[in-house]
Amino acid sequence: MAGLTSRDAILTEYNQQLLNAPKGRSLAQDAVRRLVANKAAVFSIFLLVTILLVVFIAPYFLPWGYSQVDWANIRKPPNFEAGHFMGTDQNGRDMLARTMQGTQMSLVVAGVATLVSVVIGVSYGAIAGYFGGRIDAVMMRFVDIMYALPYILFVIILVVIFGRNPILLFVGIGCLEWLTMARIVRGQTLSLKEREFVEAARASGASPWSIIFRHIVPNLTGPVVIYATLTIPEIIITESFLSYLGLGVQEPQTSLGTLISQGSEVAVALPWMLLGPAVILVAMLIAFTYLGDGLRDALDPKDR
Amino acid sequence: MKITKTLTAALLAGTVSLLAVSAAQAVTLRMGNGGEPGSIDPHHAEGDWENRIIGDYIEGLMTEDANAEAIPGQAESFTVSDDGLVYTFKLRDGIQWSDGTPVTAGDFVFAFQRLFDPATASSYAYLQYPIKNAEAIASGEITDFAELGVKAVDDTTVEITLENPTPYFLQALTHYTAFPVPKHKVEELGDDWTKIENVVGNGPYVLKEWVPGSFLRSEKNPDYYDAANVAIDEVYYDNTEDTTAAFNAYIAGELDILTAFPPDQYQWLQDNRPGEAHVEPFLGVYYYVMNQEEGPLTDVRVREALSISVNREVIGPDILTTGEIAAYGWVPPGTANYDGEAYMPDWASEDYGSRVERAKALMAEAGYSPENPLNLQLRYNTNEAHQRIAVALSAMWEPLGVNIELFNAEVAVHYDALQAGDFQIGRAGWLLDYSDAANTLDLLKGGTQQGDTMNWGNNYGRYNNEEFDALMDKAAAELDLTARAAILHEAEALAMDDFAAMPIYWYVSKNIVSPAIEGFVDNPSDIHRTRWLSKSE
Amino acid sequence: MLSYAFRRVLGAIPIALIAITACFFILRAAPGGPFDGERALPPQIMDNLRAYYNLDKSLFEQYFIYVGGVLRGDFGPSMSYQDFSVSELLAIGLPFSLMLGLVAFVVATSVGILAGMISAVNQNKWPDFSVIFVVMIGLIVPNFLMANLLQLLLGVYWNWLPVRGYVPGSIPHLIMPILILSLPQAARVARLMRGSMIEVLGTNYVRTARAKGLGARLVLARHAIKPALLPVVSYLGPALSGLLTGSLVVEQVFALPGIGKYFISAALARDYGIVLGTTVLYMGVILLLNLIVDILYAYLDPKVRYR
Repeated sequence: MAGLTSRDAILTEYNQQLLNAPKGRSLAQDAVRRLVANKAAVFSIFLLVTILLVVFIAPYFLPWGYSQVDWANIRKPPNFEAGHFMGTDQNGRDMLARTMQGTQMSLVVAGVATLVSVVIGVSYGAIAGYFGGRIDAVMMRFVDIMYALPYILFVIILVVIFGRNPILLFVGIGCLEWLTMARIVRGQTLSLKEREFVEAARASGASPWSIIFRHIVPNLTGPVVIYATLTIPEIIITESFLSYLGLGVQEPQTSLGTLISQGSEVAVALPWMLLGPAVILVAMLIAFTYLGDGLRDALDPKDR
Repeated sequence: MKITKTLTAALLAGTVSLLAVSAAQAVTLRMGNGGEPGSIDPHHAEGDWENRIIGDYIEGLMTEDANAEAIPGQAESFTVSDDGLVYTFKLRDGIQWSDGTPVTAGDFVFAFQRLFDPATASSYAYLQYPIKNAEAIASGEITDFAELGVKAVDDTTVEITLENPTPYFLQALTHYTAFPVPKHKVEELGDDWTKIENVVGNGPYVLKEWVPGSFLRSEKNPDYYDAANVAIDEVYYDNTEDTTAAFNAYIAGELDILTAFPPDQYQWLQDNRPGEAHVEPFLGVYYYVMNQEEGPLTDVRVREALSISVNREVIGPDILTTGEIAAYGWVPPGTANYDGEAYMPDWASEDYGSRVERAKALMAEAGYSPENPLNLQLRYNTNEAHQRIAVALSAMWEPLGVNIELFNAEVAVHYDALQAGDFQIGRAGWLLDYSDAANTLDLLKGGTQQGDTMNWGNNYGRYNNEEFDALMDKAAAELDLTARAAILHEAEALAMDDFAAMPIYWYVSKNIVSPAIEGFVDNPSDIHRTRWLSKSE
Repeated sequence: MLSYAFRRVLGAIPIALIAITACFFILRAAPGGPFDGERALPPQIMDNLRAYYNLDKSLFEQYFIYVGGVLRGDFGPSMSYQDFSVSELLAIGLPFSLMLGLVAFVVATSVGILAGMISAVNQNKWPDFSVIFVVMIGLIVPNFLMANLLQLLLGVYWNWLPVRGYVPGSIPHLIMPILILSLPQAARVARLMRGSMIEVLGTNYVRTARAKGLGARLVLARHAIKPALLPVVSYLGPALSGLLTGSLVVEQVFALPGIGKYFISAALARDYGIVLGTTVLYMGVILLLNLIVDILYAYLDPKVRYR
C-alpha cells in the first residue's frame, strides 16, 4: 500500500543503512538522546499523549454522553450554557463527546490493525529470512505479487463480507498491511542470522523457532517502532475513506472518518460538525508523521 | 496509441457538439437525475431516475400530464366496456418511431408479450398483472403468448382484456412497463436494441448520447405529434449519485433541476434561495416492520408500547428538517379511490408524556422494565436519513427499558434479511406504484404457501390475520369504488389496531427547481415530464 | 531484460488466478444477492432472473463458466447495468481512468520533484516551509473532504472552474479532479525528494563539485538530481496504484466516466461480474505499471541487476 508518509520508501532506505551500519553498540541510549533533541518530535509526542489522555479520560467529565440525545438542542452551534461546547449534530447529540468517542475508536482500530500487521509481518519476514533458500524465494515472490493487488478493492470486499464489525474489519485491514514489514524484517534477519550470538544459540541446540523469536525478533525494535508510527495514520485515513463510502463503524458509535464525512456534507450549513473532528484529525496525523520522522532520524545508525 | 485516439475522438466530439449547440441556440435542460440508469429498456428498468429518461423517449397508450394524471398518449381515444374488463384504444394517426417506422398496434402487443415472457425476466412485470393471463405467462404456466389479454384488432386499434375490473388501470398504463418497444428493432437486435447507436423511441425526445458513469443526452423529436408545444430542445440527465456534489453544482448554476438534495441544506435554501426547494407530499409511507413470527414482538403489548412512544411530530421538522408529515395510518393521504375519513388512532391525539407512561405500563405488563430491559436489534440500510431516524427512535425507547442495538447494512443485505425474516425491527419504505389504497394494504396480506416454504412477499413483519386477508379479497371483488373504499378502510383500521407495522412518516418529494424553469407542477406522483417544462434564459 | 519481464508476468498469472478464485467465492459467500432490492420480487420472476444470469447452476459450474469467459476476454453480463456487458463498460471506462491517472501521475511527479528540490535547496527558509505546509495538507485531508471544499471554493464562491460533471473534450472540467487526485501523490513525492536531495547535497562528491567552483545550478543539474531521484522512482509504483484507487472517490464525486465508481456500487449491489472484472483489470494494470517502474529503476541505478 502506498504510504501516507512514504512509509515504504523511508523504511527501505532505513533498512539499507541499518545493514551497512557498524555493528556492536546498543542503539537505545543514543536514540533517546537524539529524539529528545528533535523539537518537532518531542512536541508531537506531547500532543499525542495529550490527545490520548483527553479522549480516554475527559468523556467521564462531560455533561453529555456520546449517544445521548438532547431534544432541546438539535443541530445547534456551540452553546456553553447547555454544555454543548462544540455544538450538536442533527440528532441533538453533543459533538464534543462524539468527537472524543470517534477519536478513541479511530485510535483503537488503527492500533489493532497495526498490531495485526506487525505480528504477521515480523513472523513472515523472520521465517523467510531465517530459513532462506527456496522457502525464502517462494515467500518473497508471494509478497511481490501481493504488492500488485488492488489493496483498497480487497478492503471493500472484506467490509462487505464482515459486515460492520470494526474489530474484524481492522484485523482484515491488518492482514493486508503487513507486506512492507515482512520485507524489512526479512532483510534484517538475513544479516542477523550470520551474527555470533545466533551462531552460538544454534550451536547450543536451540530450535529455529526459539532462535527467531528469542534472538532475532527482539533486535528488530527500531524498524517496528517506525513502522507502527507511520502505519497508524495510514489506517486512520483508510478508515475515513471507508466511512465516506458508508462502510464505517456502527452507530451510535462513531469514528473520526465518519464524523468528517458527515461534517463534509454540511460544511456550509453546520460548520461546527466538520471543524472539531477535522482539527483533531489533522493535528493527530501531523504529529504521527513528525514523530515517525523523528524516530527514523533518532534510530538512524549511519551518523553515529 | 489507443488512448490518444480516444482523446482525440473525445475532443472532436466535444467541439462538434459545442458548434451544433451554439448554432441552433438550443434550450438545454440540465437535470441532476440522481443515479446511473441500470437500463433504458422499459422492461428492465427499476428506478425513478430511469423512468425520467425512458418516459421522455418512449410514450405509452396513456401518458402523464403536468399533474401526472393519466391522459391519452399514443392512443387518441379509448373506450371501456361496461363490465370494466375490456379497454379499446385507438392509436393516433401518423405516429412513428424515430427511425421513421410507423408505430402500430403490433408494437404494443409485442411489448406486452415481451414484458411477461419469462426469458425477459422483467422485475416489475407484476405491475401489469391485472391483464388477463399475464401472471400465468410470466410464471410459465401458459406458454402460448396469444392467450395474453392484449390484442391488435387492426394496425391502429389495441384491445386489452383484464382479469378483474381494475379502477387504477389507466394510471397503470402510464407506467413504463406498459410502454411499447420497437418490434422491428427488438426482433433484429434482441437486447442490443437499447445500445445508444440502435435505440429508437416514439416519445417527445430522442436519445442521442450516453456516457456511462456520467450523463445521457437527448434531443427534441421533431416527428412527435405534439412537437410544436415542446419547449426544451435538449436534455442532459446527469448521473451523479453524490447529492452534496450535485447540490454544489446547482448552486453554481450548472444544473437546472435536482431530484434529491441533502436534507440539511433545506433551511439554507429557504433562507438564500426562497421558492426553489419543492418539498411536497408524495405517495409513500416510511415505516418500521416488527417481526411477528418469533421473538418478543409477537406480543402485541410490546408492539403497541413501541409504536405509541414514538414522537412522530419531531421527526419531520427537527430530525430531517424537511417537514415530512407524521404517519399514524397505512394509506398515504391523497391516494385515489380512497374516499372517507383517514385512519387516525385515538392515541395520536393523546399527550406525548401520558403516551410514554402508558407505554411503560404496557412494557411492565409484558415483563420488561429498565431493570429488566428488552434488548432488540434495529436494522436499517445504510443512509444518513435512516440512521438519524433509527438513532432518534432508540433514544425515545430508552425510557421504556428497551436497549436498541443499531445494525446498518447495504440495501442487498438489508432486504435479504427482511425477506428471510431474520430481524427484530427493520426499516422499510413503500412508494406507491400507482395511486390506489390496495397497493399499500397488500403489504400486510398473509403469506402464501409455495411448495415447502411460505412466500411472504413484501410483508416483512409477517403480520398474519385471516380477517384482514378476507377483507382484502372482498375488496378486490367489489366493483363499486365507494363500497370498495369502505372495505379497505376497515382493513386498514384492523391492521393498525393490531400494530401490524409502525408507520413513521409520509414521504415527501424533494426537488430543487431553478426559477428559470416553468411548468414544473408539484404532484403526489413526483412525475414531471420534460415536455411540459420550459426554460427562460 | 526481456526474459526478466517475461518471468515476472508469468509469475503473476497463478496469483491472479488465485485472487480471482478467492474473490469469486468470497463474493458468493457474502449475504445478499444481486436481486435483493427494496421490493421482494415474485418468486417466479426471481427464478426467471436467476436462470437468465446462470445463477441457478451450481457454484462450480458458474465458476468455470466465468473463468472460461475471462480467458476469452469476456467478463460476462452486468446485473445492475443491463444495457452493457462488463467488458463493454470496462472498455468505455478504462481509457478515461487511465488518461486521468496518467495525467495526474505526470502532474504529481513533476510538481512533487520540483517542490521537493526547491524545498531542499532552501532548507528551513520560507519556500521550504510553504512547501511543507502544502505537503502536509495534501497528505492529511481526506480526498472526499478536499473535493467538497474545493468545489465550494473554486466552483461555487469564486466561480473559476466548473463544479463537477463531464463534458467530452472540456479541459476545465478535468482540472479539479486531477488536482485532487494528484495532490496527495505530489505531496509524497515532494517529501521523498526533499529528504533525498538534502542527503545528496550533504555528500562528499557534491561538496567537492562545489569546492571546485561549479555554480550551484550546475552542481544541482549534473550531480545532485539523478541520485536524489532514486527513492522517488522506487515510489512511483505505489504512487500509480494510489492514483488508480484514489480515482474511486474522484470519479464518483465529479461524475466522471471511469471504471472506479462502478466498483463500489457493484460491490454493494452484489453485481459479481463488475466487481470481478474491475478487480482483474486493476490487477493487470498495476502489474504492468510496476513492471515499467522496475525497468525505469534499473535504468537509473546501474547497481540493480535482474535476478
